[in-house]
Amino acid sequence: MKILVAVKRVVDYNVKISVNASQTGVETTNLKMSMNPFCEIAVEEAIRQKEKGYADEVVVVSVGSQASQEQLRAALALGADRAILVEAEEGLESLAVAKLLAAVVRQEQPELVILGKQAIDSDANQTGQMLAALTGYPQGTFASEVNIVEKSVAVTREIDGGLQTLSLVLPAIITTDLRLNEPRYASLPNIMKAKRKPLDVVSAADYDIDTRPRLTTVSVVAPAQRESGIRVSSVDELLNKLKNEAKVI
Amino acid sequence: MKTLIIAEHDNLHLNPVTLNTVQAATQIGNEIHLLVAGYGCQAVAQAAAKIHGVTQVFVADNEAYAHQLAENVAPLIVDVAQSYSHILAPATTQGKNVLPRVAALYDVAQISDIIAVVSADTFKRPIYAGNAIATVKSEDCLKVITVRGSSFAPVESGSGNASIEPLSQVFKSDKVSFVREQLEKTARPELNAARIVVSGGRGVGSRENFALLEQLADKLGAAVGASRAAVDSGYAQNDLQVGQTGKIVAPDLYIAVGISGAIQHLAGMKESKIIVAINKDDESPIFQVADYGLVGDLFDVLPELTSKI
Repeated sequence: MKILVAVKRVVDYNVKISVNASQTGVETTNLKMSMNPFCEIAVEEAIRQKEKGYADEVVVVSVGSQASQEQLRAALALGADRAILVEAEEGLESLAVAKLLAAVVRQEQPELVILGKQAIDSDANQTGQMLAALTGYPQGTFASEVNIVEKSVAVTREIDGGLQTLSLVLPAIITTDLRLNEPRYASLPNIMKAKRKPLDVVSAADYDIDTRPRLTTVSVVAPAQRESGIRVSSVDELLNKLKNEAKVI
Repeated sequence: MKTLIIAEHDNLHLNPVTLNTVQAATQIGNEIHLLVAGYGCQAVAQAAAKIHGVTQVFVADNEAYAHQLAENVAPLIVDVAQSYSHILAPATTQGKNVLPRVAALYDVAQISDIIAVVSADTFKRPIYAGNAIATVKSEDCLKVITVRGSSFAPVESGSGNASIEPLSQVFKSDKVSFVREQLEKTARPELNAARIVVSGGRGVGSRENFALLEQLADKLGAAVGASRAAVDSGYAQNDLQVGQTGKIVAPDLYIAVGISGAIQHLAGMKESKIIVAINKDDESPIFQVADYGLVGDLFDVLPELTSKI
């Protein structure tokens, strides 16, 4: 089977971001960019399914600027077979991305599509579910275990209060949670090999798809700062503060 | 202009986070209706009808909705949504699973995890793990929104008197089936709703040591939480994880024990009213957000704290 994996280029999770001076967004110039951590887990899962013999091809796709080629090459170095960049303006909303991915799904006809559960920049947690709606495929969101069984896939999901297992008829959409796997690192020879793997670039404009934004960002501001606290030197002092000053116990 | 809220429940009990979601709807200002989709969920509908401010409760009680699978519930919501301007659900795993599917079927955007209502079409939501707050305005005719429960006070329940109307539409996908559920049983308050949360991190060291936190939590009537490091190390169940990728809590008192305070963890708890940090590393970033910091070994501090409360 063919597995399609969607990956997103985001500001690296270790970077402390700051709001820009005009309060229209966050400052992203000269920041370290990486593959979204949940997308890394999605790539890893696809490669593991290939290694177990369930998949014969892993295709990675990204919707974004030319710079996203870097993240696609990273996915190729991890073991994906080929890549597709849908070149589009930065900051498309989830619905627009889901529509473009749905067009790629129609072309590629994968049996399984794996995405991260959310991107750590917009924190939306929508694209996988929207893609499932647009393709009519069943969805296994927040997956912590994936088992392909012939024409279906058993997905264990992390839900509030515990775990839930669903069986989805293929083709299906899966979004990854943190505990699904631990992504591998790319080796230097594989990084070199990845440079020769196919990477097709298509333009979002070539698809006749309405990607205009539905939301207007009015402003982006830094969250209110907490007043700096104090150090206490003993348990007694802590309890005294909590009882008499903060009055929370 | 009417708002439809998707009730959060387990077929037997209405999850209190629904009351926080009704608060957000009240601030939007429309007439408020509730949809209860489930199986054998009449008690939930009765409870929903008593929520202050709700005028109508719809109940879709059918085996197809027993586990509230997105493939079945989303088309039901789309079917009901035709006459509404806003659809709200709590930003729980259930709300996050279903609502984007609804939005895409309806061809509208979704606004995730709002923390404030500015007006009927403008909302605030955190981005970049809570390190920035975006104010967004929706151009769509139908606003599909998930609500961060901890940012809205619950409305009163018990005094309401909404009428209850059964729905007969059944949507059942043959592409998905429920296999099983493993839920954690706990006598402690639910993490999202607790007034006090005691959380442990990597510094706790083992699953056995987590008992020290549990003893303190029980003495305080608190819920127990954990950092991702503690969950990944197997010290705590993953549904206890507090953070960007786990639960978002805002209790009156949050006690962080052996937690360094990575930004992903802070995203889940920095709205707490009072934060206490207990850590032996004086340099831990958690001390930058803590109202009261105690530098010390948790194996000395916790038993002393528990015995003195």
